[in-house]
Amino acid sequence: MTINGWLQIGFYGLCLLLVAKPLGLYLVRVYDGSMRWLGPVERLIYRVSGIDPAEDQHWTRYAGGMLLFSVVSMLFTYLALRLQHILPLNPQQFPAVADRQAFETAASFTTNTNWQSYSGETTMSYFSQMTQLAFHNFISAAVGVACAVGLVRGIARKSAGRLGNFWADTVRGTLYVFLPVSLIGALLLVQQGVIQNFRPYVEVTTLEGAKQVLAMGPAASQVAIKQFGSNGGGFFNMNSAHPFENPTPWSNFIEMFALLAIASGLIWMFGDMVKKRAHGWAVWAASFIIFAGGVATAYWSEARGNPIHAERGIDVVASEVQPGGNMEGKEVRYGIANSALWATATTAASNGSVNAMHDSFTPLAGLVPIVNMQLGEVVFGGVGAGLYGILMMVLLTVFIAGLMVGRTPEYLGKRIQAREVQMVMLYVLVFPAAILTLTAISSVLAPGLAGRNNAGPHGLSEILYAFTSTAANNGSAFAGITGTTYYYNTLLGLNMLIGRFAMIVPMLAVAGFLAEKKVAPESAGTFPVTTPLFVVLLVSVILIVGALTFFPVLSLGPIVEHLLMGAGRLF
Amino acid sequence: MTATKRPLFDPPIVRRAVRDAFVKLAPRHMVRNPVMFVVLLGSLATTVVLARQALGGGTGVGFTLQLTLWLWFTVLFANFAEAMAEGRGKAQADTLRASRTQTKARRVERPADRESATLVPATELRLGDTVLCLPGDIIPGDGEVIDGVASVDESAITGESAPVIRESGGDRSAVTGGTKVLSDFIVVRISANPGETFLDRMIALVEGASRQKTPNEIALTILLSGLTIVFLFAVVTLQPFAIYSGTSVSVPVLVALLVCLIPTTIGGLLSAIGIAGMDRMIQQNVIAMSGRAVEAAGDVNTLLLDKTGTITLGNRQAVEFMPVKGVTIPELADRAQLASLPDETPEGRSIVVLAKQQFNLRGRPLGDAPGQEHMAFVPFSAATRMSGVDVGAVQLRKGAADAIAKWVRDGNGQVPSEITPIVEGIARVGGTPLVVAERRDGVTRVLGAIYLKDIVKGGMKERFDRLRAMGIRTVMITGDNPLTAASIAQEAGVDDFLAEAKPEDKMALIKREQAGGKLVAMTGDGTNDAPALAQADVGVAMNSGTQAAKEAGNMIDLDSNPTKLIEVVEIGKQLLMTRGSLTTFSIANDVAKYFAIIPAMFMATYPALKALNIMGLHSSESAILASVIFNALIIIALIPLALRGVRYRPAGAASILRRNLWIYGVGGLLIPFVGIKAIDVALVLLRLV
Repeated sequence: MTINGWLQIGFYGLCLLLVAKPLGLYLVRVYDGSMRWLGPVERLIYRVSGIDPAEDQHWTRYAGGMLLFSVVSMLFTYLALRLQHILPLNPQQFPAVADRQAFETAASFTTNTNWQSYSGETTMSYFSQMTQLAFHNFISAAVGVACAVGLVRGIARKSAGRLGNFWADTVRGTLYVFLPVSLIGALLLVQQGVIQNFRPYVEVTTLEGAKQVLAMGPAASQVAIKQFGSNGGGFFNMNSAHPFENPTPWSNFIEMFALLAIASGLIWMFGDMVKKRAHGWAVWAASFIIFAGGVATAYWSEARGNPIHAERGIDVVASEVQPGGNMEGKEVRYGIANSALWATATTAASNGSVNAMHDSFTPLAGLVPIVNMQLGEVVFGGVGAGLYGILMMVLLTVFIAGLMVGRTPEYLGKRIQAREVQMVMLYVLVFPAAILTLTAISSVLAPGLAGRNNAGPHGLSEILYAFTSTAANNGSAFAGITGTTYYYNTLLGLNMLIGRFAMIVPMLAVAGFLAEKKVAPESAGTFPVTTPLFVVLLVSVILIVGALTFFPVLSLGPIVEHLLMGAGRLF
Repeated sequence: MTATKRPLFDPPIVRRAVRDAFVKLAPRHMVRNPVMFVVLLGSLATTVVLARQALGGGTGVGFTLQLTLWLWFTVLFANFAEAMAEGRGKAQADTLRASRTQTKARRVERPADRESATLVPATELRLGDTVLCLPGDIIPGDGEVIDGVASVDESAITGESAPVIRESGGDRSAVTGGTKVLSDFIVVRISANPGETFLDRMIALVEGASRQKTPNEIALTILLSGLTIVFLFAVVTLQPFAIYSGTSVSVPVLVALLVCLIPTTIGGLLSAIGIAGMDRMIQQNVIAMSGRAVEAAGDVNTLLLDKTGTITLGNRQAVEFMPVKGVTIPELADRAQLASLPDETPEGRSIVVLAKQQFNLRGRPLGDAPGQEHMAFVPFSAATRMSGVDVGAVQLRKGAADAIAKWVRDGNGQVPSEITPIVEGIARVGGTPLVVAERRDGVTRVLGAIYLKDIVKGGMKERFDRLRAMGIRTVMITGDNPLTAASIAQEAGVDDFLAEAKPEDKMALIKREQAGGKLVAMTGDGTNDAPALAQADVGVAMNSGTQAAKEAGNMIDLDSNPTKLIEVVEIGKQLLMTRGSLTTFSIANDVAKYFAIIPAMFMATYPALKALNIMGLHSSESAILASVIFNALIIIALIPLALRGVRYRPAGAASILRRNLWIYGVGGLLIPFVGIKAIDVALVLLRLV
């Protein structure tokens, strides 16, 4: 570990902190409808699609709209991928995407997962990339934020029972948030050297005299939204480790910043909308504490490197000429600190873009991304999904700990009763049900085992990572799994749909129930939600609930692998 | 009913609870508690494995046997906890039943016709029947006095031996079955069929027969069931992971892990906590009609307290003599003192004290002392609403202005007009005027008035401060004018007051508070309190109150002590705190159990996992057994806490939370490490593993 490395990590944290309020203020204005600078476009969209933006929706209607929209857009994408060979903008003449892969990819992009079992540059036409995948990059992000805003309104409103308008929230999020930030982001990235063109692939002769095909395409525009929208689906297979996607340390920083910036702002927006900014900051602080813990663990473990290397006399100490530690699977231009930071951030959010090979991380550093995802990606989290995820955890915290102050648990004046607890528990149950069951099945069935690249505990980590990443709608891969089989394409695709919709629906139900409630005024007897004690509680509940669920399987995967590595065994 | 103080582990109760613990194994009962039901199923599964192992003569029977026994103990301990909580109520119900003797009733056809009484068994009485009760009679059922006045001994219900007056009309017309008429007679219209009387309901309530899960208990059960399902997933999937890792885990060990992980501590004690909460109310002589009411008491934001009897002493004290024209103050003081000498009521006493303080008038010997005229006491009666003495030919009376005025006019005297402003003046500043009159030589005249002032009870300010610290606002309700109300409110330290309150104002206030999302608690006794009692979230009816009030409230205070509302709130809070604390404790426990069991399961496959065995437990078997034993014993260990409730100190939410988190959160995290290690050592020493 170097001071330089820590400074870079610290600078990153500071930027997240500084962006929270300005971005949050902007988001508040977007979602209360007072942002109007694209008014004509917005109104045109409403008119064409027959939306009444003033319609205040019951949670069932809000959720219904979300489901309908997702199903229809997923179907379109499936069709577009299946018909890719007859659609335009296909200079490389790629054939139609295979059925199972088209299903998985459609599910993947609709659910903001961006799990890719294909290489973009050898599978997807420019048309597929730009009209389908990029479209979902924007829309799935906007849908996620809309759902979170629905929950926040449910918490904030008194005796209303309405959550706002799903369609208007989605349109506004796309128009006022994701389009402008992506435009700015794309321009900054192009300035740093990320490519943006429609040229056919270029064949070049390398210095060694070999022939190499260089993939081309409109990368910058895709990369910007993939980061801001916590999508993570790379334009190229190598994702943000590819020099055309992420050429310089600055582009690396911009992409990492984009990854969590909106999530950070959303937490501030939440605090403002519920008229308790201090509570918003408390949630922010809880997120940051877990995030910092993750980064520190990953960075420490990676910088420490592989003890087996050191034993054999290989120099793993950081010096002027080499970064030391575990550089396997990392880009030299980012080094260990930025790879560890990226890995933590991309799994804290449901992003899943990578700038290093997670599979090559030391076991403990590899544990951090898995745990981050298994905690529900509530540490800042994906756009929208992170906010509603951590708010579910807040409700759980308030319910468990709130009783201890001698009152029926109250959250911001609203009593948490059986109906809410029921829905929160349904939400909590999705992860163990989906991840543990599917990982368990795959760890004993032949087609599941066949996908592994490694045996032993590491193989288990690979399977676990795949199902965790898809259920969490993250999309990052340990990259150890061969996912292009009927078995994995189908199960992973289903898992993504479960991880998205089986969680959003109960979450919106909670929002609807809360919206109907009266608000009791705060008093000395009210459970405090702004104090450091609350932050500690929230962190504890997130960690304990996550740990209790996944500790057994983790102990047979990364934990035992870490211990075995200490004993000199590798997998 | 006398709330006898029983020790926590009263031998007869324990004996009954041990028996009930087995009775409660019935699946019909177990299924009500999902967490313990899972433990029951696990115990059954382990028993089956044990039987097969024993028949097959396999190795490790001793270990499976011990595991099976402890799993069954876990279920039994939880049942025992619930039975213990119920046992206290049941013992009390038995006492009540014993006191309910087979009574005969004098049924009359028409209330006016007392001669027509026929003797019938009390069980034959139906709603609307009219009965006559003479001195010595046990009142055969709940009802309303429609004729007569009587003093009634209600000690069978309230435990209070002093008799109370029951009379037709007004707010003291309700009588309870099982109480005894001491003097005079009353005619009672029966208001409940047999089996539906207050006594019957009380027996059912203390017994817990009609117990329903409360809203918060339901919510908590959902949370606990959810966690149980999470752990089911974690444990069931462990087998495939074990197979993947080239080993397998036996069913008893999987069951052991599951039982250790699911929240059995709180799951096993949850119902006991709820029952014990109602039981603590009964200890306070408050009958809660439902657990829901007890829970609501903890949530109360606003307390409505009647001024008289709650904030101020119901008994006022004399502070000033105010004579009419032609009478001097010492003269009035002298007469007032004389009229009050034999009067044992606090008001009467205070008059004597005031006379002594102001004019050094000493008490005179009562009765027929030599050299003194015969002195006869005329006690206060509900009919005359005045009291006094007859000293020789002189009659002295004191009482309410209108009662005295009537007496004066009956004696052909004139009521001076200036008495009216005096009386009104006293009333205006919140005092109670007591008019004194004398009849001497056939002339009856008014002497003046005594100003009786409200005295704020000692310690009220501190109690209200405590309530404020808990975030509860107190509102004083009074019929006084705003000026008086304000001065008393300030003296007592309440947060707000409602002056010149009519019943409908009270109702409006409750609705207003509730519209703002607040929960309101109040006490009441009169029929005109009934709507407000029904509207309030916690309505404590005084047992001395009318039937209508008792029907409307969701709690009845047998002591008829309005101040008790504060204890009621504290018990409600304590109930919720106990649930929350034990839930936190239960979940925090799991961390240590993982560190005990996971390495135990897989150390054979991956010796490296030994690093997780941070407690240094002896062997896989001892680790698993120790965890299960700890898990079972902790239920027993926490029964006293569940029954008594966690220690409660009035404080703000933040400080209560901090305290409970340290004890039950951090404690819950650390205690099992110590406990499991200790049991592990003991198991090794006893050669059980």
